[in-house]
Amino acid sequence: MTQINVRVDGESYTDDVEPRTLLVHYLREQLGKVGTVVGCDTSNCGACTVHLDGQAVKSCTVLAVQADGSQVTTIEGVAEEGIGGALHPVQRAFHEMHGLQCGFCTPGMIMASIDLLKENPDPSETEVREGIEGNLCRCTGYQNIVKAVQHAAAEMRGQAPGDPDASPAAVDTAAAEHVVAQS
Amino acid sequence: MTAVEDPAVPDTPVDLAPAKEIGQARLRKEDARLITGETQWTDNIVLPGMLHMAMLRSPVAHGRITHLDVSAAKDRPNVVAVFTGADLAEEQGSLPCAWPVTPDMVNPGHPSIAVDQVNHVGEAVAIVVARTRTAAADALEAIDVDYEPLPVVLDMEEAVKDGSPLVHDSTSSNTSYHFVFDAGEAGTGGDTDQAFADAEVTVSRRFVQQRLIPAFMEPRSVVVQPTRDNYTMWSATQIPHILRVMAASVTGIPEHKLRVIAPDVGGGFGGKLQVNPEEILALLVARRLGKPIKWTETRGESLMTAHHGRDQVQFVDIAADRDGTVRGLRVRLLASMGAYLRLITPGVPALGAFMFPGIYKFPAYRFECDGVFTNMVPTDAYRGAGRPEATFAIERIMDELAVELGMDPLELRRKNWINADEFPFTTVAGLEYDSGDYAQATSQALELLGYDELRAEQQRRRESNDPVQLGIGFSTFTEMCGLAPSRVLGSLSFGAGGWESASIRMLPTGKVEVVTGSTPHGQGHETAWSQIVADQLGVPFEDVEVLHGDTAISSRGLDTYGSRSLVVGGTAVVKAAEKVVQKARAIAAHLLEASEDDLEFTDGKFSVKGTPGASIGIQEVALAVFAAHDYPEGIEPSIDSEATFDPENFSFPHGTHICAMEIDTETGFAKIRKYACVDDVGTIVNPLIVEGQVHGGLAQGIAQAMFEEAIYDAEGNLTTGSFVDYLIPSAADLPHFDTGNTVHEATSNPLGAKGVGEAGCIASTPAVVNAAIDAVRHLGVSELRMPLTPERVWRAIHEGGDGGDRAAATSNAQGVTSSEAATASATEGDQQ
Repeated sequence: MTQINVRVDGESYTDDVEPRTLLVHYLREQLGKVGTVVGCDTSNCGACTVHLDGQAVKSCTVLAVQADGSQVTTIEGVAEEGIGGALHPVQRAFHEMHGLQCGFCTPGMIMASIDLLKENPDPSETEVREGIEGNLCRCTGYQNIVKAVQHAAAEMRGQAPGDPDASPAAVDTAAAEHVVAQS
Repeated sequence: MTAVEDPAVPDTPVDLAPAKEIGQARLRKEDARLITGETQWTDNIVLPGMLHMAMLRSPVAHGRITHLDVSAAKDRPNVVAVFTGADLAEEQGSLPCAWPVTPDMVNPGHPSIAVDQVNHVGEAVAIVVARTRTAAADALEAIDVDYEPLPVVLDMEEAVKDGSPLVHDSTSSNTSYHFVFDAGEAGTGGDTDQAFADAEVTVSRRFVQQRLIPAFMEPRSVVVQPTRDNYTMWSATQIPHILRVMAASVTGIPEHKLRVIAPDVGGGFGGKLQVNPEEILALLVARRLGKPIKWTETRGESLMTAHHGRDQVQFVDIAADRDGTVRGLRVRLLASMGAYLRLITPGVPALGAFMFPGIYKFPAYRFECDGVFTNMVPTDAYRGAGRPEATFAIERIMDELAVELGMDPLELRRKNWINADEFPFTTVAGLEYDSGDYAQATSQALELLGYDELRAEQQRRRESNDPVQLGIGFSTFTEMCGLAPSRVLGSLSFGAGGWESASIRMLPTGKVEVVTGSTPHGQGHETAWSQIVADQLGVPFEDVEVLHGDTAISSRGLDTYGSRSLVVGGTAVVKAAEKVVQKARAIAAHLLEASEDDLEFTDGKFSVKGTPGASIGIQEVALAVFAAHDYPEGIEPSIDSEATFDPENFSFPHGTHICAMEIDTETGFAKIRKYACVDDVGTIVNPLIVEGQVHGGLAQGIAQAMFEEAIYDAEGNLTTGSFVDYLIPSAADLPHFDTGNTVHEATSNPLGAKGVGEAGCIASTPAVVNAAIDAVRHLGVSELRMPLTPERVWRAIHEGGDGGDRAAATSNAQGVTSSEAATASATEGDQQ
């Protein structure tokens, strides 16, 4: 057993872990952070994506001991004011653009998308598709996920979604029209 | 339609309330917990004293277990118990097969854990139970097992020959059943052989439906909690209700002592429409040890042992006159069962039997299918289940017939499809299609695609001999959905009915609980059902809570598959709401001191006609019956209700899908340039959800055409056993979809809904393949095997044939695909 100190979603933890323990299993089994899920065993699906010191990582490819001294943010800590607080714009956009169905890939997809938007605040449709290709979704066909990421991007840049100055693809959304009609 | 006999409330025709919520793109109620990680997946469940179960799985496809020593594993740290098949042989029974498609179907039985013989790679041979997940997995390594190898049966066409080695010693051949539907014999069509004898043109083709893996994102998981003789099972399942009945009958646990809960379930696509060996084993082990048991599969286990889909070889003949009028259709299938018959394994191709004629007016049709055992994991339902295979065959061969006749493929379809004024139309397969307009959907889809411009570009590329060629492919499909009229299922020997149940509980504060027997796993029932109830009861959308997936809460149900939830389950909700209104009307009349006949119910309010101000809301009535201080004599103080809906017919969504495909003739790389589709799914309750379902279906149908294939090597090892090798598409692999709708309401349910879950998946595969072939037909290609890998496409262009097998390139062993040997097939499709 090896002792690690990690800060997860704003809380500090000191724990003994087996050296072989993966970060995702530490999060789920020792901390009860079950919002982060395991979808495969080959680091292909990205369902387990979290942020390690601000960068998206697949937490099944990181050993818990490698997170020693680090900050980890999971889907449970991404809302702006913690659990029950205001949702992150990317979380909100996934909801508004119907970017999820069963929701199993969603935590990882949201964490990967937040990281993508940090690197590229105004991605084109192709850039979003390539940016999230490490995350697999079996339900949505990705189209509404792409819309959600672009919708969130516009909002995070301070532009109203649907603003003609936003990236062109962001306004090309049937889902957005529905949302507008409803609100 | 029928409803539960309820003397107080006769079954009357349902009048739908004016649509206010129905048709709105309501954002989903489900999302709140899913986007914040507050979800309850089965694997999240932790119970006091819970133990973890891991399976040792067979590395050989066919063999006798000659030696099995688990003693060292028992001594491993934190191991609580180890079980072998012999330990559980007396109590494990046989996994159920609910669909004996013929009276003489051979079912050799399906043990949950192998006792003395293994029949596919991945079959469980021993179980370790330990205090932690990792301790259980570690101890598997200490189990010593030897196998005496038996000949491995993989190729269906070899397996059905006399003298082939047998998968099961107990059977006399590898053929489980021979199922025939002959329209002539059924009285729904003429003599097929005569039709072919008389025809001016016939075209024959051999199509291969490769083996696919449903690959739901949430791995299967089960937790069982025993409390003396009561058991609670949480499972990542599509079918908690069916699972309860089946698990009770397999294990002998009385049904009323077994509660099954499907908590949040992460996708299914038919892959979780199953009674899994591991679910039974978790029950048996929990019963033995008296402790809570958890099992969650790895992705590798999932791909290797959860049931697969498709895997058919199709021999299809079509007969027509020179002018394009179709005269007959003949289909012979070899359908892989895999090693065992699971829940509806044999029924999947039989369900497809009725869809091969598609939307066309065939006067004669004959279908024959052999269900064939092989040493592979069993096949079973995968999105569409029988209908994608049928749709592929008919839509592909219509293109080949068009080429043979020198006709435009769309013109040939127009000439033969059922016209809008011909509904209801009874097909040669005996189905009564109720509504639709194929021409309208087609003209809208052509416009959405920008057909004329793309055809012009195709011509330019042909003329300039562009290395990148363009093709356009159609699929004008229909499907039978809304499974299903119970009597029809009975006539097909299916072991259950096709009804669905709903109940509505009016809470004292006027809030509404809707209990549905449908079991969502991503489809958005909580939102759509709330919309339906909000309209029918005139209560706010937010005041409705939908409960599902727990046999203790929703005691009656037949769960979610076959695009049935809205069509059957949604209608049950409508009928339950109707009963609430009827019961509330009597109370309201009493409270308003008026006759029931003088009350009208609008927007959630009972008002006395012609007496302004005399009214009471249904939510107030709910409080009044809770208090029960003042209600009419002779009726119960409750406005709660229950309804069961059994549809009188299937529903028939249809649509036109058009794919424009670019093929780089120098590399064989295929890329979808544009994809447009117009679907008619009847009434749309929530356009956002419908659009999402179509997108997801398209992704899976396109994936069959272009990316996915379960490949076994010659020893029966799955070589596509991880997401590295089994290519489910990413966002970068898929195009933007242009989708649209026409609306022709179903006549078989009051909602007018037809179902949408499978449409995209059923329709898209042939559109993609037809487009690819259209792009390179002038280069001599008339068949392409799925998936359309660059290597295959390149080979077809440069070496002829259909591109052949992919397996040899991806495996060191002499590979065969699931469906056939590596040779022989490559050119057969072109020799017709």
